[in-house]
Amino acid sequence: MKQPQRIASGGRIDRAAPLSFTFDGETYQGFKGDTLASALLANDIHLVGRSFKYHRPRGILTAGSEEPNALVGLRRDEGQNTPNLRATQIELYSGLDAVSQNRFPSLSFDIGAVNDLLSPLFAAGFYYKTFMWPQSFWNKVYEPFIRAAAGLGNAPRDADRDRYANTYAHCDVLVIGSGPAGLAAATAAAESGARVILCDEQREMGGSLLHENDPSVAISSEPAGQWVEKTLADLAANDRVTLLPRTTAFGYFAQNFVALAERVTDHLADPDPRLPRERLWQVRAKQVVIATGAIERPMVFPENDRPGIMMAEAGRIYLNRYGAKVGSRVVIATACDTAYHAAIDLKQAGIEVDLVADLRPDPQGAAIDAAKAAGIRVEPAMVVTGTQGRKRVSKALLGRVRPDGSVVSAGSIACDCLLMSGGWTPNVSLYSQSRGKVVFDEASGAFVPGPSVQAERSAGSCRGINGLAAVIEDGFEAGEVAAKAAIGKGKRPEAPEVSGGEAGSGGTLGALPHDRDAARVRAFVDFQNDVTAKDVKLAVREGFQSIEHIKRYTTTGMATDQGRLSNMNALSIASTALDRTIPDVGLTTFRQPYTPVTFGTLATTSRGDLFDPVRQTPIHGWAEEQGAAFEDVGLWKRAWYFPKPGEGMHEAVARECATVRETVGLFDASTLGKIEVVGPDAAEFLNRIYTNPWLKLGVGKLRYGLMLNEAGFIMDDGVVGRIAEDRFHVTTTTGGAPRVLAHMEDYLQTEWPDLDVWLTSTTEQWAVIAVQGPKAREAIAPLVEGIDLAPEAMPHMSMQTGTICGVPTRLFRVSFTGELGFEINVPASKGREVWEAVWERVKALEGCAYGTETMHVLRAEKGYIIVGQETDGTVTPDDVGMDWAIGKKKADFVGMRSLARPDIVVSGRKQLVGLLTDNPSVVLEEGAQVTQEARPALKTSALGHVTSSYHSPALGRSIALALVADGRAKTGSTLYVPMPDGPIAVEVVSPVFYDPQGARLDV
Amino acid sequence: MLLIHCPYCGVERPEIEFRYGGEAHIARPAEPSKLSDEEWAEFLYMRTNPRGLMAERWRHVHGCGRFFNAIRDTVSDRFLKVYKAGEKRPDMKKLAAEAAQ
Amino acid sequence: MSEIAIHQANGAAPVVSARGAKVNLAAPLARFSFRGPEAACVKAGPAFRTGLPTTPLSSSHTQTRAALWLGPDEWLLLAADGSAGQIFGVIEAALGDTPHALVDVSERNTALIVSGPRAAWLLNSQLFLDLDDTVFHVGMATRTLFAKAEIVLWRTGKDQFVIECWRSFLPYVAGLLAEVARELEVA
Repeated sequence: MKQPQRIASGGRIDRAAPLSFTFDGETYQGFKGDTLASALLANDIHLVGRSFKYHRPRGILTAGSEEPNALVGLRRDEGQNTPNLRATQIELYSGLDAVSQNRFPSLSFDIGAVNDLLSPLFAAGFYYKTFMWPQSFWNKVYEPFIRAAAGLGNAPRDADRDRYANTYAHCDVLVIGSGPAGLAAATAAAESGARVILCDEQREMGGSLLHENDPSVAISSEPAGQWVEKTLADLAANDRVTLLPRTTAFGYFAQNFVALAERVTDHLADPDPRLPRERLWQVRAKQVVIATGAIERPMVFPENDRPGIMMAEAGRIYLNRYGAKVGSRVVIATACDTAYHAAIDLKQAGIEVDLVADLRPDPQGAAIDAAKAAGIRVEPAMVVTGTQGRKRVSKALLGRVRPDGSVVSAGSIACDCLLMSGGWTPNVSLYSQSRGKVVFDEASGAFVPGPSVQAERSAGSCRGINGLAAVIEDGFEAGEVAAKAAIGKGKRPEAPEVSGGEAGSGGTLGALPHDRDAARVRAFVDFQNDVTAKDVKLAVREGFQSIEHIKRYTTTGMATDQGRLSNMNALSIASTALDRTIPDVGLTTFRQPYTPVTFGTLATTSRGDLFDPVRQTPIHGWAEEQGAAFEDVGLWKRAWYFPKPGEGMHEAVARECATVRETVGLFDASTLGKIEVVGPDAAEFLNRIYTNPWLKLGVGKLRYGLMLNEAGFIMDDGVVGRIAEDRFHVTTTTGGAPRVLAHMEDYLQTEWPDLDVWLTSTTEQWAVIAVQGPKAREAIAPLVEGIDLAPEAMPHMSMQTGTICGVPTRLFRVSFTGELGFEINVPASKGREVWEAVWERVKALEGCAYGTETMHVLRAEKGYIIVGQETDGTVTPDDVGMDWAIGKKKADFVGMRSLARPDIVVSGRKQLVGLLTDNPSVVLEEGAQVTQEARPALKTSALGHVTSSYHSPALGRSIALALVADGRAKTGSTLYVPMPDGPIAVEVVSPVFYDPQGARLDV
Repeated sequence: MLLIHCPYCGVERPEIEFRYGGEAHIARPAEPSKLSDEEWAEFLYMRTNPRGLMAERWRHVHGCGRFFNAIRDTVSDRFLKVYKAGEKRPDMKKLAAEAAQ
Repeated sequence: MSEIAIHQANGAAPVVSARGAKVNLAAPLARFSFRGPEAACVKAGPAFRTGLPTTPLSSSHTQTRAALWLGPDEWLLLAADGSAGQIFGVIEAALGDTPHALVDVSERNTALIVSGPRAAWLLNSQLFLDLDDTVFHVGMATRTLFAKAEIVLWRTGKDQFVIECWRSFLPYVAGLLAEVARELEVA
């Protein structure tokens, strides 16, 4: 297939590798090495998108990541599209399927283009001014309208199937940008012996040297391209150097933490699914060299946004690097010397370059002379005052700038491409991200990096150094100094001899003069956000003074390039309108990311099953095989209930509860937090940490421990066993384990460092098998050795060590059900085999396995609290009726003093009570409010709330626990739980519903 | 991600290995029961919350596990000094002057 | 430094076997958390048959024993010979009344052996430490984070590391390593 604008030879594309691709459904051809933009241009396609606000036809403006117009969506397959990619950065592959955006029904006929005719309505602040009142319009009129009109591109429908990777990397010197300055800096740093990472957002490294075809430009007497090749080969051969092409440094954070996004497979037609699509590099660099070059500035003249109007250097890049002609009849508008190189190169490629219109009254220099010598018409003091052409520029209107600054028409000129160059803006984005403050350089009229805030330096044209020899020199110096700072030694490579590539001069800022009706023309400043020179002036007229406010009001500089193209022009216009100097107005801060980053790259491997650790107990597999339902408790998976065939949750739980009370149940309590507290001062330490007394607890005895924070509120509880004089086995709640250990360590290390006691988490050392029910003893007796299970030898709240099934165990006699109970602690790896042995016994006794739901019901029947359910961080021991757990003779423990605070001893605090609904089949909703009146007046305070609520199989009715103001004094009275369907009457009762004397424990 | 120097490990590690522990040098009273309600409230709740240098507790929770103290500038988020638990609070004015240079 | 080989692959199929990187589950070991001041540390070393190092982030080892510094008063003791109960008795006897805490954590931890020229690269997918062998050299050990899991990382060779973590975190750590290693399968 034809590529009408492809030159016969030259460029860095592989003409032996033609590639087919589609754009808006049409099939085209390009070559390996093309970008989508260069391939489209080779096919003479300039119209590639519609603008955001006015839906104006737009073409490819640049050849880099700052591209504001040529945003397309890429489809890999149905539901997997990536919107808003810059065609200038998309590497062509076979079968690439791109679609234009922001148009309906088609790119060339777009209904939204009516916005362009209505443009006077859409000036700066349009949304703020329009969508104000009436309030009732918001939901039905304004929001749907804004939603339909807002946004670019279509979000993908399906979940992202690609993988994403992450790498943490460290280096002595990170060099960002691989143009002449970056290559030189990396070389100097590498030769100094530093660990170097060199990254560049482009496929190929070399920056501007990749399109430097001028035979007069030579480095060490070789063409620039050869110097690039040789330099890269040397760097690649050094195993302390990492070269990262296709990698954008998108965020510069504190302490030289720089985030890079590497595009690993986006350029491949058929990527191996095992490869990550992108890789996030989290680099910690001792020193950073920023070598991000300069960006050519658009000229702000009326209708400067038509397809076919491009940056001059982009025209040169497409020609020299990609072999694509940007037009057949080209006019160049410039205010600086570099555009003349484009003029000469295009002319030499056989393109008609009919005019260079130079804004400057008397441009002089080698480049101008060369252009003239090549037969190119150069007009000084000439400005483009407008353009024509609907989907592609067809004509440029010209004006002559008189010495007084006014403009008179100088006719017009036909063209199919208009190249422009307003000069060069040093790319200070990353310096600005590093929190450095730019300073204004009057000589060059540009902001350049000021003092370093972090360990970084800029090199080359991103700090206003121009001319090839000077840039390479600057790079070498930056690399040497960076290496020296990082590793203590720096080596300066011998500077190569450079010929050609001298620095040009010139440049302009802001809106250009013209002879047109100012009220009727639009000169674009920010192409992506459709911000015109007029909008910026309007913002100033409406009273905005700060450039940061002007930015937000007009949205100039808020495009995906973060204003790299637009900021200086916008600032200049604002400065003129404000009648203040540019440095006085100041530049807005550049934000991360440098270019857009995918969510996948930020999430990396943290997704799906690997998003969080999923913690499973040693018995998990057994529960799974039994068909248990699981619930998440923190990171743990816990068996929730064990349904038999045909059972729902309610039936299963009812059966499990009844079985435990009648025979015996088996419960996996392995997730309970465990801490081994060891040392001569262990008892003293626990005495200070828990409310209970510990000094006299005998070896082999258990005690329920209640832990408060210093404010007097309950923070955790658990059973503690004394293994030896100087050794305690402490248990905590499942979710509270890390918090309790941290709390204990805090007091131990910072308040009582004199105590000889140490804490070790043993949560996962032990599997814990709870055997609960009247037949619990019978269940384990045949399996136990060396332990006397008789009630008098092993009463409630005692422990013994011995073996079970031949496995060493710490056997606790403890109950969280109100029944006779044991907790078998065995080494984790033996958990399942012991469990299965006990299970055989339990089965034989017609018992069951039960899950956390049954555990909750059984403990609620007994009025046992669960920390975090009955308590919420504002509940004291007395509030839940647990004054008995406080050691009355103790002089101090954590939280003790707070229990005497006025707000704690005051009457009227919420207290734990039981609630019984009048209708026994009604189960209250947990969290429901409890009120005095059935239908309380609005703004009446509730008395409290329901904390736990279940159907109780043992009582054959519903039960609930609640925190109610002065609850204990309200015992016997009727309160209400107002619900949407009407109030539910409840009777206040004791929170202990079942076996209040505890007779069942004592068997 | 900030890097924090651990005075026990002798290395810098990312802040995610550490846990913030509030203001430093607030000792728990030896005999809390002898304190008035006002004094106890002062100990429990009142913190200086300065703009600028602050002495604070950090714990290298996912490292050596030790609590230590640090002087951090709450404006710039820079750590000016770290020191072991039990060591005296450094001269804050001197540190501030050094940091200003 | 002689080869550190306290951890041995457990004989099951490796978690990862890719070009340049291998991850194996380690066979069971006796493990202890030892806590105490210097007086305890000097007595424990001879009893455990390898000295307890006092340099931060360092380790000591013999053919079958290793002691990893985890904190100024905390060591992880690893033993490939002898039962946990027997070793526990020997150390306790040697310490006598000297204040200390010795806790059996043999079953709390499990370990992965990550080896091969790409081992450091594989680890650095989730681990932010600089694993250059001049920075984190052979023998160094530290508690740190592997993505969202706390681990102890021990460099046992230029291209070999051991990850000790709590047993319920192992599937997560191994799962991430396997996921990341997928790209190593691609030629």
